[in-house]
Amino acid sequence: MIESILSVELLGLGPELIALFVAFGFMVGVFFGFFGMGGSFLVTPALLILGYSAPVAIGSSMAFVFGTAVIATMKHHDAGQVDYRLGALMFVGITLGIELGSRLVFGLEVLGIANVVVGVAYVLLLAAIGVLFTRSALQTDEGDGDGAGDEEAGSEDDDVPAIARRIQSYNLPPMMTLADGSKASLWTISGVGGGVGLVSGFLGVGGGFVRMPAIYYVIGTSLAAAVGTSLFGGLMSGAVGAFTYGRAGVIDMGVVTALLVGSALGARIGSSATAYVNEDDVTIYFGIMLLVASAAVGISELSAWLGIPILDQLSFLLLVGSALLVCSMILYHGALAVRRTRGVPE
Amino acid sequence: MTGTELLTGAPSTVQALAVIGLVFLEAIILYVGYGTVEEAVGPAVLDRLAGR
Repeated sequence: MIESILSVELLGLGPELIALFVAFGFMVGVFFGFFGMGGSFLVTPALLILGYSAPVAIGSSMAFVFGTAVIATMKHHDAGQVDYRLGALMFVGITLGIELGSRLVFGLEVLGIANVVVGVAYVLLLAAIGVLFTRSALQTDEGDGDGAGDEEAGSEDDDVPAIARRIQSYNLPPMMTLADGSKASLWTISGVGGGVGLVSGFLGVGGGFVRMPAIYYVIGTSLAAAVGTSLFGGLMSGAVGAFTYGRAGVIDMGVVTALLVGSALGARIGSSATAYVNEDDVTIYFGIMLLVASAAVGISELSAWLGIPILDQLSFLLLVGSALLVCSMILYHGALAVRRTRGVPE
Repeated sequence: MTGTELLTGAPSTVQALAVIGLVFLEAIILYVGYGTVEEAVGPAVLDRLAGR
């Protein structure tokens, strides 16, 4: 009986692979919903480790990122946390940046150094953003003592980082009005879009882990709006990526569907958790996850360089293990916050 | 499996748009489906978490 169930194939996948993808999709969905990022840098390596070819892994990952971003954006749209105008303005820069980034890769490939340069850039970027998040979380911890957890992130102005307010203070026309009423130069918005696109095209990733911090720290929106708008950006760049790889016929819809079944639920829970959980409680874990991911990608590059396959498996375990830890932390803090805000006083 | 096997012979651009359409449709169905489930069982789950 069990054997006959296990031999059934749905979506072109066996039951154990479906279960794996649904669970993995759930985890990624929680990140997407909560942080507005965390898709392709987890999914692509996972598919590569499972033996999918690079074009199928990247193409399917892009299509999955698009689907999850659609779901998470709709959820954030309901909460009024998506600045569509800002997202659309950034899109022009993102598209040009992706084109420039991919040309750069092809140029490096001609020189025979594309893999090394892209690998090193990926490791450094993940590490840099990981340090930024971890440091920011530690400073916040020191700054607000025990006040965390029971406030709704203060006023919008307080929620915009100081560096962003400083950038906003430079009047470089044309100035665009953001959804929260603040102003940002079109040059800043285009520069951020171009920079994010360049990274996406260069590294072959969705770029959410760069896009969200860039919107928050450089353009200067509230964290909630940065998450929502970053998701909208992910939707657009995911669509462009899915279209490009779809034309080559390398997207595995079975994988995409199984991942989406999990991520749709995860994104819902992750988005809802933002209403209960203070980001500061989990940001440090996310920063640490990025640092571990940086180490994991570094180990994977070493594996390819030294020809030691076990290092690749170690890299995968690090990636999944750290993601699982952060996902559990979000759910744990979410459950605690629900108990605190809705529980019956004893 | 690309989900667009029925479009064999169609131009690659049409196939790519079909993939995007299919993913979009799946996303909407899942969003609405889970939304219905959330409405039905969400309050009970929150009450349970809150220990009520």
